[in-house]
Amino acid sequence: MSGRVLLIEDEPNIIEAIRFILSRDGWHVHTHSDGGTAVEAVLKRKPDLVVLDVMLPNRSGYDILTELRATDETASLPVLMLTARGQKKDRELAERLGASRFMTKPFSNGEVLETVRALVGA
Amino acid sequence: MAKRALEGERIRAIRAQKGLRQSAVAEACGISPSYLNLIEHNRRPVAGALLAKIARALGVEPAEISEGAEATLVAALDAVAGAAPDGAPPPEPSEEFAARFPGWARTVRRQAEQLAELERVVETLSDRMAHDPFLSASLHNVLSTVTSIRSTSAILTSGDEIEPEWQARFHRNIHEDSQRLAEAADGLVSYLEADAAKPRSGGLPQDEVDAWLERHDWRIPDGGPDGGDPDLVSDEARAAAARLAARAASDAAALPLDALAPLVAETQDPTEIAGRMGCAPDLAMRRLAALPAEAFPTRQAPGLVICDASGTITHRKPAQGFEPPRFGAACALWPLFEALHRPGVPVTRRLRTHGRDAAAFRATAFAATSFPAGYDLPPTVEATMLVMPVPGDGGMEVGMSCRVCATEKCPARREGSILSPAGQTAF
Repeated sequence: MSGRVLLIEDEPNIIEAIRFILSRDGWHVHTHSDGGTAVEAVLKRKPDLVVLDVMLPNRSGYDILTELRATDETASLPVLMLTARGQKKDRELAERLGASRFMTKPFSNGEVLETVRALVGA
Repeated sequence: MAKRALEGERIRAIRAQKGLRQSAVAEACGISPSYLNLIEHNRRPVAGALLAKIARALGVEPAEISEGAEATLVAALDAVAGAAPDGAPPPEPSEEFAARFPGWARTVRRQAEQLAELERVVETLSDRMAHDPFLSASLHNVLSTVTSIRSTSAILTSGDEIEPEWQARFHRNIHEDSQRLAEAADGLVSYLEADAAKPRSGGLPQDEVDAWLERHDWRIPDGGPDGGDPDLVSDEARAAAARLAARAASDAAALPLDALAPLVAETQDPTEIAGRMGCAPDLAMRRLAALPAEAFPTRQAPGLVICDASGTITHRKPAQGFEPPRFGAACALWPLFEALHRPGVPVTRRLRTHGRDAAAFRATAFAATSFPAGYDLPPTVEATMLVMPVPGDGGMEVGMSCRVCATEKCPARREGSILSPAGQTAF
């Protein structure tokens, strides 16, 4: 597989692990750690898929997703949401806001790879 | 005289039955052993606040002293019957049940007490799990760290070839994360252990301040916190307690006890006291709440709640039957929040709580505006509410917070209740 993935996450060691497994699978991975400038990063990088954490500094992943869906260039961009909160209401909120998939921490590397492949291949 | 004689004998009998020393009970009540001895030998009367203190020290209801164990048992059985979920009347009157099966009746009462205690624990834990910022942040930290360890270790054990540089980096990351996880786990264990050992303390600075206040019967001790106070562990808690003490001292200077005490014998309405003393109503409320229980011989001591402009509770003194939540938002129907919208205008409402500790209160609230940062910046608004217990059961129904309120169709509900089946407290 190949394509561009923008990973928006603020935990450095999670960034390294995900970047490694995606890069080894053939993806070009860029990372961004600040919620406040995440939408600008998406518009600048123009990725094929965004992996978006919910709890970020300066702005929540839900807010970022809402703006992405309201922006023409990113309205249909595949977005995989990552969160440490796995309650049903969090999943429902993510789906309502337009998340393509929702994954609860801790997840396995295989799950991440399969989901990224499925979302970009779809 | 016969009634007094019975009370003294009951106190002595209960104390002996529980194996408590006269001196220990006297110390717990703040009286001398010789005075307790006089009471037990029916040579001194006992009533009101002192009766309540002695009952608390003996671990019984005041009525068990004033009316006897059987009357208390019957009253407890009546309460159990009244709280039956289906509302059906008991098959036999409580008096008959207690008389025919006294052992079973005591067992029913003990189980009802255990049930009530468990309900309180559930309420506290639910409140904490839903709103405790420390737990929420800690669990998020643990889950993020576990995610990192899981992903990184899966890479290292996958069997695929990994460059030495990446291997070293991943080993370092796992080492860092394992340390982080250990610290987070330690913090959580300490927090939860402190909570188990002392349910009202531990963890947050506000918890420490609450524990300190509760140990002093929710009154700020003269001179404020001392350096070795066991409840005030963190610097932040000690600073918060010192701020409370400074304000209490300032309040006492503005409305001295000498001037307040004669008035309180006539009226306990804070707005009337404020009018007669020429002071602000919120000052009168804080001073009334600071009085000892003995100042209210005919009723329970009042509670006090203070919040800021966001509605966040910044100070709480519970009253019997009115226990403001420790975490999260309170009932939006409280006059406290109504006063926030009308600064400078006292708001008075008769309230009625529900549930096991249902009670009626006269609540008076007042919001004061100040400009501590200057008049060109937004003002600071602080609302204060005094909750004075009153007899009867009429009044506007309010709760403490939505999570532990079973009121159906409440116009102000913002989340469901753990006390009702799903959907019955829709919001």
